[in-house]
Amino acid sequence: MVPLSWYVTLSALMFVTGLVGVLIRRNIVVVLLCIEIMLNAVNINFVAFSDYLHLIDGQIFVFFVITVAAAEVAIGLGIIISLFRLKESVNMDDYNLLKL
Amino acid sequence: MRELMQQLPFVYFGGMALICAILVVVSRVAIYSAMALLGMFVHVAGLFILLDAPFLAGVQLLVYAGAILVLYLFVVMLLNVHGRGAQLQRQTPWAILLSLLAIGEMGYLLTKSHFYPKLPAIPHPSVPTLGNTETIGMVLYTQYLFPFEVASIVLLIALVGAIVMARGRSGIRLE
Repeated sequence: MVPLSWYVTLSALMFVTGLVGVLIRRNIVVVLLCIEIMLNAVNINFVAFSDYLHLIDGQIFVFFVITVAAAEVAIGLGIIISLFRLKESVNMDDYNLLKL
Repeated sequence: MRELMQQLPFVYFGGMALICAILVVVSRVAIYSAMALLGMFVHVAGLFILLDAPFLAGVQLLVYAGAILVLYLFVVMLLNVHGRGAQLQRQTPWAILLSLLAIGEMGYLLTKSHFYPKLPAIPHPSVPTLGNTETIGMVLYTQYLFPFEVASIVLLIALVGAIVMARGRSGIRLE
């Protein structure tokens, strides 16, 4: 049996990887990818505890996380495309104005 | 020996997922990041199978590796960011400081936590259990019916919003 703490540790390491990626990367597409890493780390935690406690609710929550991730990707990429039309750049530092 | 055989799949899937996650962060080309993310999704699906959640593993492969990643690849190729997005360097000191702080905090928590190697096993519920997919269906459509409906509205709004924002207006185009 794999101990529960291994899953929690793996999830923590993956979460901090995604967090560091969001902080140090400047390409806005890669920042969105790093948010996906963080969401997946949370999903591992949910499923691990669901398996340990024999409760299905954790897996249901993973469904909702996946739903929100899909919505976030669709909206986020739409925003990126329209920002790219304006600024011709994917560097986050170029997006410093809300107005044209 | 049997213990090791059970832990080996976890070490493989977990280790590969972590390596792929690190590759996503350090790759200089956006398309390599997206490909490493594909590897991460597949290995996380393997972890789900180890955790007795085969249905979620299928959903993970279909939705994440099938739909979300294709969307990312589409945008990366559409924007033609090859070679332009390679800016890991010249980050402000604040960002480096904050990420070092996050890593230190996580390291502190992991070393200071008291992990029990053998948690007492929780007994299975005595009711006859259905399969994984049947149980998820039963619970999702009874106990979590309202959140399920809200999720469908969230997806509808995302659909409309993505179309409206990506379509663009003729007035704000450059050139």
